[in-house]
Amino acid sequence: MKRWLPFPLISAFLLAMWLLLNETVAPGHWLLGALFAWAVPFFTRQMQPVRAQKVRRLVVMVQLFFVVLFDICRSCLAVSMVILGPAKRRQNSGFMTVPLDMQAPHGLAMLACILCCTPGTVWVELSADRRQLMLHILDLHDEEWWTHTIKQRYETPLRMIFE
Amino acid sequence: MSPMEQVPLWAAIPVSLLLIIGGLLCVTGALGLLRLSNFYQRIHGPALINTLGAGCFLIASMLFFTVSQSRPVIHELLITVAVLLTAPATTMMLARAAVSRDRRSHRPGVPPHPGQAEGEVHTGSRKE
Amino acid sequence: MMTVSIAPVLTFALICISLGMLLALIRLLRGPTAQDRVIALDMIYVSAMLLLLVQGMRFGNTLYFDIALLIALLGCVGSIAMAKFLLRGEVIE
Repeated sequence: MKRWLPFPLISAFLLAMWLLLNETVAPGHWLLGALFAWAVPFFTRQMQPVRAQKVRRLVVMVQLFFVVLFDICRSCLAVSMVILGPAKRRQNSGFMTVPLDMQAPHGLAMLACILCCTPGTVWVELSADRRQLMLHILDLHDEEWWTHTIKQRYETPLRMIFE
Repeated sequence: MSPMEQVPLWAAIPVSLLLIIGGLLCVTGALGLLRLSNFYQRIHGPALINTLGAGCFLIASMLFFTVSQSRPVIHELLITVAVLLTAPATTMMLARAAVSRDRRSHRPGVPPHPGQAEGEVHTGSRKE
Repeated sequence: MMTVSIAPVLTFALICISLGMLLALIRLLRGPTAQDRVIALDMIYVSAMLLLLVQGMRFGNTLYFDIALLIALLGCVGSIAMAKFLLRGEVIE
């Protein structure tokens, strides 16, 4: 099983992508898509991507998705206010450092995606030992609050999923 | 006026709302690019369009085609996935490039490497 | 069932996106640093992708979707290459 289907999740994703692109559920396309979904991971397995742990905690993942969706909407509003507001509000942007406890590479990649997708925060640099993360924040009103938000809302569920 | 734009009222209201919100977000993001005073602030402007702006237009498009062609049209999800996966990579690379260029030219207001020193560096008063 | 035309809203969205592209173009021309220009360019083609989506809705044609998907997939490559060039002075090491 593992030898012939090295990455089942990627295969499932490719099959779904094929069917979505062709906008059909005809049996012929299922067959072509399945062939495509099997062949691509099978022939590129030499590249050896880093394998994540077995995916678990589906409830936490769904919860995290909605938390991130809510945060994107909220920070979109906040960033719009900063842009359209008076010049005084644009003064307090800055870099800050957040200590991280997470070591799993997939979790860190996911955290980077979340932070870059949320307007108002940009991931700048990770220290070589993966312990310190440098961020740039548009409205740096309270460093404590940002550290707490990132660790509590994003890092804790990501550690539950990936570690 | 082509008949293709005709949709029932119950679908027209959410589609219109999403299109208006998305359009306003587009202008706001571009305005941010123009009004904010240095690169590190400006990088936050396009994030508005990449996430919520694009999301609004894509949901509106899905809803519109599903109703007007009376079959589920959800292939816009592929664009959503593509944008959500590629936009953070661009943003991160650009932020790193900006920081390393500023370090190379010894500009003030750039933090040292993370882990070497603590504390925040303000970029609010920087104008360029 | 009562049907209404959403053409005015589509026009409004087109105007908004075009205005956004114009503002980004000003930033692209003004600079002042190279990374400012790259981020303006990146924003211009995300806007172009959205423009194509709205055009698709306007003409009731899903053909525009494929072009938008191509821009979404390949648009980032140029920006990442330019960011990489700014970072190291080389695109491929």
